[in-house]
Amino acid sequence: MEELIKLVQAEYAKDDVPQFKAGDTLNVYVKIREGEKERVQQFKGTCLQRRGSGATETFTVRKISGGIGVERIFPIHSPSIEQIEVLRQGKVRRARLFYLRDKIGKKARIKELRK
Amino acid sequence: MTSIFDEDRKNIACTLIYVEPNVVTQLRTKETDGYRATQVATGTRKEKNTPNALKGHFSKAGSSPKHKVLEFEFPNHELNLGDTVDVSLFEEGEYVDIVGTSKGKGFQGVVKRHGFHGVGGQTHGQHNRGRAPGSLGPGSTPSRVFKGMKMGGRTGNSRVKVQNLQILKVIPEKNLLVVSGAVPGAKGSYVIVEK
Repeated sequence: MEELIKLVQAEYAKDDVPQFKAGDTLNVYVKIREGEKERVQQFKGTCLQRRGSGATETFTVRKISGGIGVERIFPIHSPSIEQIEVLRQGKVRRARLFYLRDKIGKKARIKELRK
Repeated sequence: MTSIFDEDRKNIACTLIYVEPNVVTQLRTKETDGYRATQVATGTRKEKNTPNALKGHFSKAGSSPKHKVLEFEFPNHELNLGDTVDVSLFEEGEYVDIVGTSKGKGFQGVVKRHGFHGVGGQTHGQHNRGRAPGSLGPGSTPSRVFKGMKMGGRTGNSRVKVQNLQILKVIPEKNLLVVSGAVPGAKGSYVIVEK
């Protein structure tokens, strides 16, 4: 059965997904349909988590827009996502960064990972 | 379960159903049995675990021993002994009903079993009654509890039919149906797909 699930998922699987994890700053290019027209919108923010596996894997991106925290959850293999750009790798000690929701301003920063 | 994306790029939850070809093992007729039906069998069963009587029954249809035997009516199909029924019966986009045996939940209270809301809230002096059923009925008249009163008890493990699930995909070479939404039962259990 597992193989059959993979078979169905394979059709939608993307092979150009960059490596990223929680704490990274991402720029997600989302295709948006407005009536007949289609355009690409960017959503730039911090990755809070990656969740799930295979075709159902998702990731959460959080940004502060006009002083209000906004989070969007994207399926990694969604055809709506044109491109995921990793702008900056963060230095974090956990896989889920929900504590960022309670931090404001300078405290909500994440140090950059230096190799 | 998994999910796929449709043309509108919507993420649709779906279930995969593996449809092994069903072998017609017996034809019930009005003359011999008093009713019309087609008996089909599916699943695999070891030769050594099959009683001789069943072995004979399956060999009549020229089939290997099967695990599950069921009777259906196929009003629009002319089927003979030994024929197989498979996923080609279904088309993409059509709607089906799916019958399965729901997962057993054991002894459950009324809140889970019948959707009661429990008694009281956090306040008004009550405690320990958050998931209680409340009153079972009037008092000295009729001085009994009516039959069929909803109470706690064994939950799940019953026949459940889910109606109007769309077939998103048919993959004949893998004997696979992809159906939107969830179907009753545990992974690997048998379901009936009704057209």
